[in-house]
Amino acid sequence: MKALRGLVLIAVALLAGCHTVLMSPSGDLAVQQRDLIIDSVLLMLLIIVPVMVLIFVFAWHFRASNKQADYDPDWDHSTMLELLIWSAPLLIIIALGALTWVSTHKLDPYRPLDRIAAGRPVPAGVKPLTVEVVALDWKWLFIYPEEGIATVNDLAAPVDRPIQFKITASTVMNSFFIPALAGQIYAMPNMETQLQAVMNKPGDFEGFSANYSGSGFSGMRFTFHAVSDDAFAQWVQQAKASGNALNRDAYVKLEQPSQDEPVHRYASVDAGLYQDILTNCVQPDSMSCMRNMKASDAKASDAGAVRSSNDSNAMAAMPTAHP
Amino acid sequence: MLAHPDLTQLIFGRLTIDQLPLHEPIVVGTFIVVALLGLALLGAITYFRLWGYLWREWFTSIDHKKIGVMYIILSLVMLLRGFSDAIMMRAQQALSFGHSTGYLPPFHYDQVFTAHGVIMIFFVAMPMVTGIMNFVMPLQIGARDVAFPFLNNFSLWMTIAGAVLVMASLFIGEFARTGWLAYPPLSDIVSSPDAGVDYYIWALQIAGVGTLLSGVNLLTTIIKMRAPGMTLMRMPVFTWTALCTNVLIVAAFPVLTAALAMLALDRYAGTNFFTTILGGNAMMYVNLIWIWGHPEVYILVLPAFGVFSEVTATFCRKRLFGYASMVYATVVITVLSYLVWLHHFFTMGSGASVNSFFGITTMIISIPTGAKIFNWLFTMYRGRVTFEVPMMWTVAFMVTFVIGGMTGVMLAIPPADFLLHNSLFLVAHFHNVIIGGVLFGMFAAINYWFPKAFGFKLDPFWGKCAFWFWVIGFYFAFMPLYVLGFMGVTRRLSHFDDPSLQKWFVIAAFGAFLILLGILSMLMQFYVSFRNREKLRDVTGDPWGGRTLEWSTSSPPPKYNFAFTPCIHDIDAWWQMKQHHYQRPQQGFLPIHMPKNTGAGIILAGFATVFGFAMIWYMWPLAIISFAALIATAIGHTFNYNRDYYIAADEVARVEASRTELLGHV
Repeated sequence: MKALRGLVLIAVALLAGCHTVLMSPSGDLAVQQRDLIIDSVLLMLLIIVPVMVLIFVFAWHFRASNKQADYDPDWDHSTMLELLIWSAPLLIIIALGALTWVSTHKLDPYRPLDRIAAGRPVPAGVKPLTVEVVALDWKWLFIYPEEGIATVNDLAAPVDRPIQFKITASTVMNSFFIPALAGQIYAMPNMETQLQAVMNKPGDFEGFSANYSGSGFSGMRFTFHAVSDDAFAQWVQQAKASGNALNRDAYVKLEQPSQDEPVHRYASVDAGLYQDILTNCVQPDSMSCMRNMKASDAKASDAGAVRSSNDSNAMAAMPTAHP
Repeated sequence: MLAHPDLTQLIFGRLTIDQLPLHEPIVVGTFIVVALLGLALLGAITYFRLWGYLWREWFTSIDHKKIGVMYIILSLVMLLRGFSDAIMMRAQQALSFGHSTGYLPPFHYDQVFTAHGVIMIFFVAMPMVTGIMNFVMPLQIGARDVAFPFLNNFSLWMTIAGAVLVMASLFIGEFARTGWLAYPPLSDIVSSPDAGVDYYIWALQIAGVGTLLSGVNLLTTIIKMRAPGMTLMRMPVFTWTALCTNVLIVAAFPVLTAALAMLALDRYAGTNFFTTILGGNAMMYVNLIWIWGHPEVYILVLPAFGVFSEVTATFCRKRLFGYASMVYATVVITVLSYLVWLHHFFTMGSGASVNSFFGITTMIISIPTGAKIFNWLFTMYRGRVTFEVPMMWTVAFMVTFVIGGMTGVMLAIPPADFLLHNSLFLVAHFHNVIIGGVLFGMFAAINYWFPKAFGFKLDPFWGKCAFWFWVIGFYFAFMPLYVLGFMGVTRRLSHFDDPSLQKWFVIAAFGAFLILLGILSMLMQFYVSFRNREKLRDVTGDPWGGRTLEWSTSSPPPKYNFAFTPCIHDIDAWWQMKQHHYQRPQQGFLPIHMPKNTGAGIILAGFATVFGFAMIWYMWPLAIISFAALIATAIGHTFNYNRDYYIAADEVARVEASRTELLGHV
């Protein structure tokens, strides 16, 4: 299988003659997803290639002008053949279905990583780097809660260290996608999605929104720097040295729609800002802040109103974790 | 007017003179061209005194054959519009690199790709499929019309009403800038306050009424009006696929209506069905729209499968291989199409088990589909294949669709989809199956059944030109998009930074240009065929050596389709009748009971258009008046008892005698 995969990769490289990032990714998750694409294609070619050949062979051989070819106008059934044409695709799909079940669980973006690359389990005691991602109109905000910094349209992480992305959005849906690192996941307002990934090669990689989100969508791009631990510390320092603070007022300004936004760095971030974005509570006295809704629900329940239904409403609106 | 701003607002709602794109030279230019062409057309109709003819013979006609033809004309007109959008996008993406931002700012580009998707699915593919079903299916089952002839006319005009609203958005206000499925929150009133999404909602709601009623109508027709002897397992495969498609329409379109109604309530009445923060959830919309949206794909492609089955058997001069497994495959696809919708959003954070379930159900659909491909393949085996234009489309379909099927299964594997979702690979995939499956099928159908509808064949030379331009153009236009998908390029971008991508977009634009030549060849084919109609005339009614009942009657068929309802003894009913030296009855004709034309459909749809327009622009008094008029007309129509007439036996005898005379000359 490996050798075949290699052959396919060479073929793809020749065909495209340029950088196809999905076929030459740099993160362990994307590598496994790439392998899955190739394996499934090979599996399907087992049936696709014969069918393609037969279409042309039959169409040519049984052309009306070829009087040598058999002609049997009433032949319309053959139990053997029918068994074959149902069972051949069935067998392929059984194999593919098994592959799908296993790989979907193994490569679930929510699942904490157990390896950083093939044959390299996550070393004991290594905690993933947490990055809180907020898709704004039309730029990306990255908050590093442990480092206490934030950036706009600029992302960095140490090579070979697992990263845990927690992802949400301010107004509309976007999709957080760094093709070299791992598959995409949607960023949706007042909901949180997650991505656990790891980068194995240093370098600067493209990241962007993969889901159309309005007029500034095309410019919603950022660079992902995969760097050494030292370089990462420097990158954090650079943000610290900027002297900007991402407090609630600064966020409200930042949240306003803007296009092709340059990189911003923030030395500090208000505590709990990400959680407040998620629950609509950046302006804490806002009507639509979930905390306030809960409070008013509680008041209502004191007054004897039905609590459970209101409460379940707030729960439904709460960012749901993975089932 | 200015003295009474409130009155102006009451009448015109939020429609002001600023909503007319007078400052947009491209749009104004388009408007002038469209207006001149429209005036020329109206002038010609008036000059040749055709209004009365058109009104009596076409607009008010309840004849399923004419309604089918009108659906196809609608779809071809809208194809021109949808394709103009396509070529604008291809040009924009080929130009917009680095410092160049192309010629379309996002405000226009985003409308163009939204309109392209909406028009191609709802106003090209749907009317084309409905038109072919409308024309062919009653003939195939030996019926004289559909079950509810007036409803059929009404459905057509409601579909046209939707198309009129979409076209109006080009010149009055703007269309949605949300993508063709208008996901909230982007389509909610905060993110899209202008009239675009409202055009989208009302155009689809009004056209949706037509589609749903047409589904009920055709379904009832197939169930209740088959000729004696035509058991379900003797129905032609095209009728089978029409049956399954209409089951899907009846079951799926109400979901679309409900989803759009909730979106409309969110926008108009301030409800929160799809606002996550206030108890709703935007993902509910995504679920609902795809519970309609995935069956919709099969609504389009199943009739195309039916067409290929008819065409393959006819042009291989051989019975269709594996009729029963073809039928079961169709039914299995129908059922499974409801169990796969989540594969459109694996990337929204469902769990691994949920994703696997929907991924695997999706793959399972490829089993019956694969069986169908094999059935067509083995129909060619030991056949005598003649490569007339419909058969050429069929072979091109088989090759192209297999590729589309493979990329579809790749997308069905959730971890792979995380990379390929929203990419140009996905765009290439669904164009691969919708062009390679649905459109190729409908083009085969038009070439195949045209002589039945008009009594002369389509010119094969221009048909082959159209075929080669389309097929080669398709590969040039969409294979580069597969490659770009692997390069991590996603859809709906109006500008790119990486110059190495440009060559692929240029190739794709070249492909779109070839498709343009294909479309022009098709128009040329219609024109040349009409000019040479005497040379291409077919008086037999059976120009291809057909196998099903529609070929047993004259071309074009008489109003009543069949003087005597035929009795069916075989799947290939007409083939079997020919084998047994069937003699047309020459006498003993009886008067035939037929439905009468009515203008109610076009009037109702006219009020619906006004109502939709008034709702879009918040013209509340007009909305109330037009809605009241709509209801009043509908009720009024129920008191019209003058709905039917008899074609006298003498008249039938005369029509049949003239056919006998024509057949004698062959």
